Amino acid sequence: MLLVLKKAGEVQKMLNEKDKVFQNLHGFQEPFIEGALKRGSWSNTKEILSKDQNDIIELVKSSQLRGRGGAGFSTGLKWSFMPKNTGKQHYLVVNADESEPGTCKDREIIRNDPHTLVEGCLIASYAIQATKCYIYIRGEYHHEYVQLEKAIEEAYERGFIGKNACGSGFDFDLYVHRGAGAYICGEETALLESLEGKKGQPRLKPPFPAGVGLYGMPTTINNVESIAVVPTILRRGPDWFKSIGVENNTGTKIFCISGNVNKPCTIEEEMGIPLKELVEKHCDGVEGGWDNLKAIVPGGSSTPMLPKNICESVLMNFDDLKANGSGLGTAGVIVVNKNNDIAEVIERFAHFYKHESCGQCTPCREGTGWMHRMMQRLVRGEISPEQIELLENVTKQVEGHTICALGDAAAWPIQGLIKNFKSELISKYNKKLKAS
Amino acid sequence: MSSNHPGLSNNFSRSGEKFSWSKDNLRSIKNIISKYPKGREQSAVMPLLYLAQEQNNNWISIECIETIAETLNMPKIRVTEVASFYSMYNTRPVGENLVQICRTSPCWLRGSNKITKTICKETKCEINDTSDDNKFTVVEVECLGACSNGPMIQINNDFFEDLDEESTKKIIDNIKEGKPNVIGSQKGRRSSENA
Repeated sequence: MLLVLKKAGEVQKMLNEKDKVFQNLHGFQEPFIEGALKRGSWSNTKEILSKDQNDIIELVKSSQLRGRGGAGFSTGLKWSFMPKNTGKQHYLVVNADESEPGTCKDREIIRNDPHTLVEGCLIASYAIQATKCYIYIRGEYHHEYVQLEKAIEEAYERGFIGKNACGSGFDFDLYVHRGAGAYICGEETALLESLEGKKGQPRLKPPFPAGVGLYGMPTTINNVESIAVVPTILRRGPDWFKSIGVENNTGTKIFCISGNVNKPCTIEEEMGIPLKELVEKHCDGVEGGWDNLKAIVPGGSSTPMLPKNICESVLMNFDDLKANGSGLGTAGVIVVNKNNDIAEVIERFAHFYKHESCGQCTPCREGTGWMHRMMQRLVRGEISPEQIELLENVTKQVEGHTICALGDAAAWPIQGLIKNFKSELISKYNKKLKAS
Repeated sequence: MSSNHPGLSNNFSRSGEKFSWSKDNLRSIKNIISKYPKGREQSAVMPLLYLAQEQNNNWISIECIETIAETLNMPKIRVTEVASFYSMYNTRPVGENLVQICRTSPCWLRGSNKITKTICKETKCEINDTSDDNKFTVVEVECLGACSNGPMIQINNDFFEDLDEESTKKIIDNIKEGKPNVIGSQKGRRSSENA
């Protein structure tokens, strides 16, 4: 019943201002320590750090926070995989290599509200017994890197981090490491390789990072947004977080909307806001009106597109998007209207994946290039219905046959295109055939 | 003559001059290495490549690689591998302003093609070229992570967002005339709010 009401779009209210975790997402307030203190960061960190480490993990687990980097795995559960009292150096590594096309949320956290992240790093590290944390930020985010370094310096100066962080007795060091333009380093084990000073090529799993991670030590890797919401969850309680959204899809979420909308924006909203409402209310609608909508890629370039009829009613959460054949991913919503060639949107994604394949696994290295060449021909209307089937078949041979998920990510957008617009692709071919 | 993106080539070359660290950089290097555990100095290779590139007019020569290998006590081939794997290390000289135009779908849907055309016209460069006066090198790149502010470009360290042909031309003109540019949104947005 709740679902039906929400789909009708009548009962759903916009997320209450006071329930937003990121009070300075758009940078209208002071981003640094003075502003952060006013927004409540660092207010009772010592008290939080006086809790038992397992209790913190349990609280985060019970909030049902799911990782914001794309996979949607329970953050608390991930933390619980870390071994206890090993006597080894444990690490927290924060993935700020935001590179999935359509995604620009962590950027806003880092440049406008960096103390939410710094405080989150401290608390999460304490929970997993890590006294050292690295934030791996994409190289292109130079301005954001400068902002983050400044916030970290402030936190050191105030004794919030460093020796005896916040007077808790816990020693904690936080470092920033810049990437240098490789999408693959957003894959957690490639990121670790990169941090160790090597080419960013993913590792085979197992062993998993919780056992053998950075420098061979127990390591947890989390997305920026997952870490930055933790202090607020612990302050306001897991029940507050759970009261937003629906079971297993809880809390607030930052959505980035790009492409053919009248006002593209990044916005924190309730997890599970209807996609249509997100576009209509927050972005002033599709360019040329809702009826001019062709398709929407809901969660960054890797997630299969949704045709208009699904966009009418789908909810922007993990489970509803999955049930509709796509995924929430990074919540980078890319809107495509009828003025653009949907095949070229995907051809450009295919170019992206070809460019970003690390070259380690043959199906991906060769497959992404081949798929891109086929996509170029498809855009020109040069591939026959049989060849479209062949293309689809090859995407399935790449998918699931590589060390990391880049192969899958390259395959899914093409599969989504063929699934939803096959007849259109065929008529493109027929038209071209007639003309020649 | 256009070849490929300077960060994507594997053809490193010699500058012909010895590369040794500046005094400031020697201090920074000490700092950087201290961020990583003892015996894991190789982790500093990426930050050192950035330092070398900055000191060496925005590109990595074979001499830079040799110096980094020596500083970090690692084989030259390991430094070369890293420098060639990551696209932000330029393997050949580039102009004073490295103009990177985002070509990925979110920016393309909002007209990145027009931005490319405008930039090529105003800088008199083809893609991957450097202008005759060495002021500009123009490249097309994949998603730079400012999708709600597309179309966008990056010039050296700065993002320029919410572009149209007119504002793009203005940015290039300002650089030519040595005038300062407003970084970020060219439509007056603070960041990526609905406005």
